[in-house]
Amino acid sequence: MSFEVVARSLTQIGTTLVLILLAFALVEAIIFVFYNKVLKVGDKSLTAMLLAPAIIGLLLLIVVPLIYEVVLSFSNMNLHHFKNPSFGLDMFFANIKRVFTTKILKTMTFWPLLLQTVLWTVIQVTFHVVLGLMLALILNSNIKLKGLYKAILILPWAMPPVISGLTWRGEFHAKYGFFNIILTKVFGDQAALPWMTDSFWNFVAMNITNIWMGVPFMMIICLGALQGVPVEYYEAAAMDGAGKSHRLFNLTIPLIKPVLAPSVMLGIIWTFNNFNVPYFINQFMLETSDILVTALYRAAFTYNQYGFAAAFALVIFFILFGISVVYMKKTGALKAIGD
Amino acid sequence: MKKKSSVPLIQKDTLGEVIIKQIIMVVFSVVTIFPILRIISVSLRPGDRLLSTSLRIIPLDATLDNYRILISNGKFFLWIWNSSLITLVTAIIGLAIAAFSAYAVSRWKFRGRSALLIFLLGTQMIPAAMMIIPLFILATKLHLVNTYRGIILAYSVQAVPFSIWILKGYYDTIPRSLEEAAEIDGAPKMYIFFKIILPLTLPALAVTFLFNFMSSWNEYMLASIMLRKSVMHPWTLGLRDLQGQFQTAWGQYSAGSVLIAIPVVALFYKSSKYLVSGLTMGSVKE
Repeated sequence: MSFEVVARSLTQIGTTLVLILLAFALVEAIIFVFYNKVLKVGDKSLTAMLLAPAIIGLLLLIVVPLIYEVVLSFSNMNLHHFKNPSFGLDMFFANIKRVFTTKILKTMTFWPLLLQTVLWTVIQVTFHVVLGLMLALILNSNIKLKGLYKAILILPWAMPPVISGLTWRGEFHAKYGFFNIILTKVFGDQAALPWMTDSFWNFVAMNITNIWMGVPFMMIICLGALQGVPVEYYEAAAMDGAGKSHRLFNLTIPLIKPVLAPSVMLGIIWTFNNFNVPYFINQFMLETSDILVTALYRAAFTYNQYGFAAAFALVIFFILFGISVVYMKKTGALKAIGD
Repeated sequence: MKKKSSVPLIQKDTLGEVIIKQIIMVVFSVVTIFPILRIISVSLRPGDRLLSTSLRIIPLDATLDNYRILISNGKFFLWIWNSSLITLVTAIIGLAIAAFSAYAVSRWKFRGRSALLIFLLGTQMIPAAMMIIPLFILATKLHLVNTYRGIILAYSVQAVPFSIWILKGYYDTIPRSLEEAAEIDGAPKMYIFFKIILPLTLPALAVTFLFNFMSSWNEYMLASIMLRKSVMHPWTLGLRDLQGQFQTAWGQYSAGSVLIAIPVVALFYKSSKYLVSGLTMGSVKE
């Protein structure tokens, strides 16, 4: 790190900030004048002025790229045709057809990738919810050292995911990672597992890592939901002679279900779109460990097939969208948002 | 949210249940903390024993050499500098944008309000891997690859939708009578917002700032595409490169991880109470 680097970065960031501020000041002034002088509804100007930065920001940096992403899916853009891609409806159909019929990576096709992604999402969300709920139930009861346990158990959530991912990758090393050290110490030299080279064990490694990383979030959400259940309900149920397991399945779970529904939905979306864990554990070695989003990254940035990748991205998005809509209809998770 | 514990007095655990619960808690705590202790352990190993199969947490010949090498190398500070600059600027921009618009969304009905809210929620469904394709190509065409400007623009609104949701939930809990009273006294709306509402919102603003900060600070994918020159690397890319040289630099990688993780984890613990209430607020209220 040198003086030059510092000076260069500060100048670049300073000018960027000044430009952004100037642009927003200009926009705000225009809105103010427009509402007061042209529309003569001065009292509405504040709403518009407060919303303007968000609307402009979202339009320029989310909506425009999204539209461009759709446009790209109608093109044959790749490294050879980067400056002069051709666009057309036929390109779009060719891209979509390629997604479903030909290889997306060197050997993987679409359907195995989709199956892998669904399997990954189902395994992960199930483990997160079941373990999270179990730990939350224990933390919500009268046990000693509750505060200490809770502080330890949320650690993985606090850790930067990049560090967690890279560290777990190191721990799956065939010789020096702790999994194989423990396995060989306990069961002898033959017990070491090929975490990095075998497709099955690599998938297991991904799952172990992400269970470790994802349980704390669900645990905290479940704990919040459990603390919202009024004590009187339990007392009434106990009076009626309901046993503990009966109370859990017929009282607690139905009561916290509506609170959990939106969080489980978020969990599904996050897991489906989880790039970090499959990427860091596998680092693009085994194609069998890819899920849809990592395959998308590879198609776009390893193979530089931008037009094709854009079409593939649309397919992925609509699959996720479909899953989410079905889930929301079934659980009513969207109702809370309506108001 | 109810702060009161909902444990009914009648539900006394038997001795067997207490033991089972304690065993579960201890097992899960050990599994949770062990990989983290391993990072610290590896970071303390001397260079010639980096690759050892010992599971000892504090190595026999513990040394701070790895930390010394990492820091004297100078690159580490460059990564932290790059990350801090990018993150601070984007977090401030994101927070300002969200704080203003969330207030409007919380207080006033306007055309397109529910469409905006649903759009904000919908953005959470967009895979990040999908967004980076158009962002990268647009950035290439506008010559924004390998610039701070490009990454700041790309990051600045990524956290805005979620921030608006958190802040809207918080503004909703501030009674309108406050503003009405001030309005009767003749205070202009702008004055009310800046002098009365914003100070009341400070805890939520802090959480939102932290959320924005963390999402840029920990971001990897977009950075790996947009910041290709090593002089532009944030810490996420720097550590990846160190981890890549597993055989030789595992100690330095671990030392760097410890140094970066400590402040992040500390901040998280300081704010987790608010973060959690922010996350569950929308769902708990009727």
